[in-house]
Amino acid sequence: MSNYTDELVDFDTALDRYDPVLGFEVHVELNTKTKMFSDAPNAFGDEPNTNVTPVDLGLPGVLPVVNKTAVEYSILIGLALNCQIAEKCGFARKNYFYPDTPKNFQTSQYDDPIAHDGWLDIELEDGEVFRVEIERAHMEEDAGKLTHMGGAAGRIQGADYSLVDYNRAGVPLVEIVTKPIVGAGKRAPELARAYVAAIREIVKNLGVSDAKMERGNVRCDANVSLMPKDADKFGTRTETKNVNSLRAVEHAVRFEIERHAAVLDSGAKIVQETRHWHEDTRSTTSGRPKSDADDYRYFPEPDLVPIVTTAEWVEELRSRLPEPPAERRKRLKAEWGYADKEFRDVVNAGVLDEIEATVAAGASAAVARKWWMGEIARLAKAADKEIADLGVTPQTIVELNSLIEGKKINDKIARQVLEFVIAGEGTPSEIVEKRGLAVVNDDDALGKAVDEAMAAMPDVVEKIKGGKMQAIGALMGPVMKATRGQADAGRVREIVMEKLGL
Amino acid sequence: MNELIKLSATELAAKLRAGEVTSVEAVQAHLDRIAEVDGTLNAFLHVNAKEALAVAAEVDAIRAAGGAGAEALHPLAGVPIAIKDLIVTKGQPTTAASKMLEGWMSPYDATVIEKIRAAKLPMLGKTNLDEFAMGSSTEHSAYGVTRNPWDLNRIPGGSGGGSAAAVASFEAPLALGTDTGGSIRQPGAVTGTVGVKPTYGAVSRYGAIAMASSLDQIGPVSRTVLDSAYLQELIGGHDPKDSTSLPNALEGLVAAAESGAAGDLEGLRIGVIKELTGEGYQEGVQARFNESLELLKAAGAEIVEVSCPNFKYALGAYYLIMPSEVSSNLAKFDGVRYGKRVLPEDGPMTIERVMGATRAAGFGDEVKRRIILGTYALSAGYYDAYYGSAQKVRTLIQRDFAAAFEQADVLVSPTAPTVAFELGANDNDPLAMYLNDVATIPANLAGVPGITVPGGLSENLPVGIQFLAPAYEDARLYRAGAALEALLEKQWGHSLISQAPAIDTASIAQEA
Repeated sequence: MSNYTDELVDFDTALDRYDPVLGFEVHVELNTKTKMFSDAPNAFGDEPNTNVTPVDLGLPGVLPVVNKTAVEYSILIGLALNCQIAEKCGFARKNYFYPDTPKNFQTSQYDDPIAHDGWLDIELEDGEVFRVEIERAHMEEDAGKLTHMGGAAGRIQGADYSLVDYNRAGVPLVEIVTKPIVGAGKRAPELARAYVAAIREIVKNLGVSDAKMERGNVRCDANVSLMPKDADKFGTRTETKNVNSLRAVEHAVRFEIERHAAVLDSGAKIVQETRHWHEDTRSTTSGRPKSDADDYRYFPEPDLVPIVTTAEWVEELRSRLPEPPAERRKRLKAEWGYADKEFRDVVNAGVLDEIEATVAAGASAAVARKWWMGEIARLAKAADKEIADLGVTPQTIVELNSLIEGKKINDKIARQVLEFVIAGEGTPSEIVEKRGLAVVNDDDALGKAVDEAMAAMPDVVEKIKGGKMQAIGALMGPVMKATRGQADAGRVREIVMEKLGL
Repeated sequence: MNELIKLSATELAAKLRAGEVTSVEAVQAHLDRIAEVDGTLNAFLHVNAKEALAVAAEVDAIRAAGGAGAEALHPLAGVPIAIKDLIVTKGQPTTAASKMLEGWMSPYDATVIEKIRAAKLPMLGKTNLDEFAMGSSTEHSAYGVTRNPWDLNRIPGGSGGGSAAAVASFEAPLALGTDTGGSIRQPGAVTGTVGVKPTYGAVSRYGAIAMASSLDQIGPVSRTVLDSAYLQELIGGHDPKDSTSLPNALEGLVAAAESGAAGDLEGLRIGVIKELTGEGYQEGVQARFNESLELLKAAGAEIVEVSCPNFKYALGAYYLIMPSEVSSNLAKFDGVRYGKRVLPEDGPMTIERVMGATRAAGFGDEVKRRIILGTYALSAGYYDAYYGSAQKVRTLIQRDFAAAFEQADVLVSPTAPTVAFELGANDNDPLAMYLNDVATIPANLAGVPGITVPGGLSENLPVGIQFLAPAYEDARLYRAGAALEALLEKQWGHSLISQAPAIDTASIAQEA
């Protein structure tokens, strides 16, 4: 058995000799109101065993009924992944005994998935695009949740007993399975992460899943195998189960490549098995042996009738598809004219929606980016909050900007106003009015302040007279002080020049 | 014997409506009969006296008050009914005649029970069956055999022997059964009663503990064809909780039974299934069958012979499909959530071992036999040869039916090849027991409806005549069945059930 002491080969060395082949099974929990086969609420975080009906508990005599919305969501996912939608498909029973499965079989799809033969283009950070072929996306139900008590760290080994919560049992799932992904080479870990990120983004964008990996809404099983550079046959694969963060997906693929290479280099064989991912050690350990002959005694679910998808239905669903995230990004980048790095930073900061809304509300793309990536991001960080939770609306930005352009306030004051907005004092205009923050561009008042500053700094005045225009800046401090920061800097400069006859 | 219990459900309903008798009196008469004979018969696993009397009193009160409330009562309101203990009921235990569910109380009602409650039929209790409905004799109940009222040393058929015996012995005028391969019709045949397996999907299966989901169907058990028609109209119809239930309720069943009883069979084409006669059918059974055909012919029916060549594969296909579904449907009985839980006596206490010990102790031999068969039939590498081939046979049988129904409006055969066999006769030969369902199984495989009506006696034991109709054409069964019933009773001058011997409660030791 393998364990934490697995030998590893340096990643780059491994990939000098081997080509990695990847495959992913991503489970997406749908956010339908009710479960896949019952009318129990599909909700997260409630008291254990409260969101259950006789159907979810597998009581004697119960029958499943398919949730139509779940079928529609599954078709939407299939369409977003460029899949064919089966005209007719059905459910099958996957038989195995385990206490988190109330019927001791999982109702799933077997040889006729609702969506099949699709693809998804995955763009890596530097813009390189990999096409991942999708084998199938099928519907199934989630299992309940076991909590192992009395053992170490909630593990089943050494536990005294286990508690089971069936709230999750029957939650609709779509399992998305890729075809083997070849040719990623050294970019395999990066591609793994980007693929799962893309799936998460797509289902979130479709509105069919809450897509929170930390809640298990999106769960990834990562298959890895290595083949020697000159080989024409895939190597033996391992399947690392439940890798549930983007970072972990990347690390798990990298770890398995390094481990496989070491095993193969030593002349040993890779054991076909499931592996468990450990975030603490960033390594995998052996799970149970898995063979292609695992016998789940699949047979067609006799309690359900086939699902027939008419062309009209599928086309109606297709018309509901939102713009794909990747295409939207491409369009927005072009529309806003951002540089590559500027745009990437915006994406990574997660403020694409905010900027789009701000531009739509009337601000320029440059102004929107300046605020969302600048002062707002800074305030969010200082408050340890998500940008979206600060309460800044696109309208706030538009209004602040028009106050600046109308020379009512300057940049510095605008930043103060923003803080007052976040504090809930009102709109920018209201705050400027209430707090008397409008800039002073009253020439009498400014002239008086300039006179006082020039009188106090004769040497500066001489420099200006001598043509050193940047010396005007030295007068700015006292003028601002005299006007409590509300002077319009441009007007001050003009007054100085007028007074000196320049 | 209180004469009230000899009335058919329809006759009793008429007396209740006319105010000649109260529902409480009727229910009490049946409870008295149960008290008198059920220690001998063991048709009931649970008697629901208190609730039945309360429902009866409620109906009597509504009727006494008159007006719109009384007008709105269902025609069968106040007529008591027995429920096969495979159907879940709130407030009464549901065991499926298995130790696995001993003492289990369902927190929900089956859809058919909701309908029975809404129509206010007092439920007398839950009737015995072969464990999880697996058997043709009710000998495989974990709670003792049920005896045939016609001969206490013989089986009442199965799996619904309890419901059939209860109705045959006047413990109840009506009962619910379930029919997966003949579990309503074969007990009906051997107890001289009427039983109907409706078209698959005509009655909701929600709340019937699944044996083989693609074959199971709930249906009526009664002493007359008309009573079954009323009961099927009550329990039938679409149920959103059962995806396999038909979109529309089948109508005109009562009307069909009434028109059949009037005797006009002019133009009705009745097809005799060549493969379901002759070899393997007892002489007496064959004789009663032939006499029935003559009567039908004399009444204007056209008798034609049809061939269903693939029926010879039906039994084999059934014993692959049914156990396969059984192996999966019964997986839920594992001691984790409800029912029996048995801890292993030694060794580590793992969930696998608790499940294993529970299933080893909770299931009887016949159930285990079928779970093992089905697990094997579904195994990788065997699936195509067994389950896959059996499903193909199913298609062939459907085609045989389709071709036969081109030539005939209804098909006819003996319901069972033999009269009731003696208790214990097939203890060591499950295949001999399986053969008893040879004539009933094709209907389940094809999803078509079937009825059994009493066709006379052989060796002083009842013989059943089965009619089969195309899917959705259950009304044809009621027409043909009621016609034959009327013709035979006219010829005999009495009903068959009226000839049943008195139950000698002294001959069999009362079971505790």
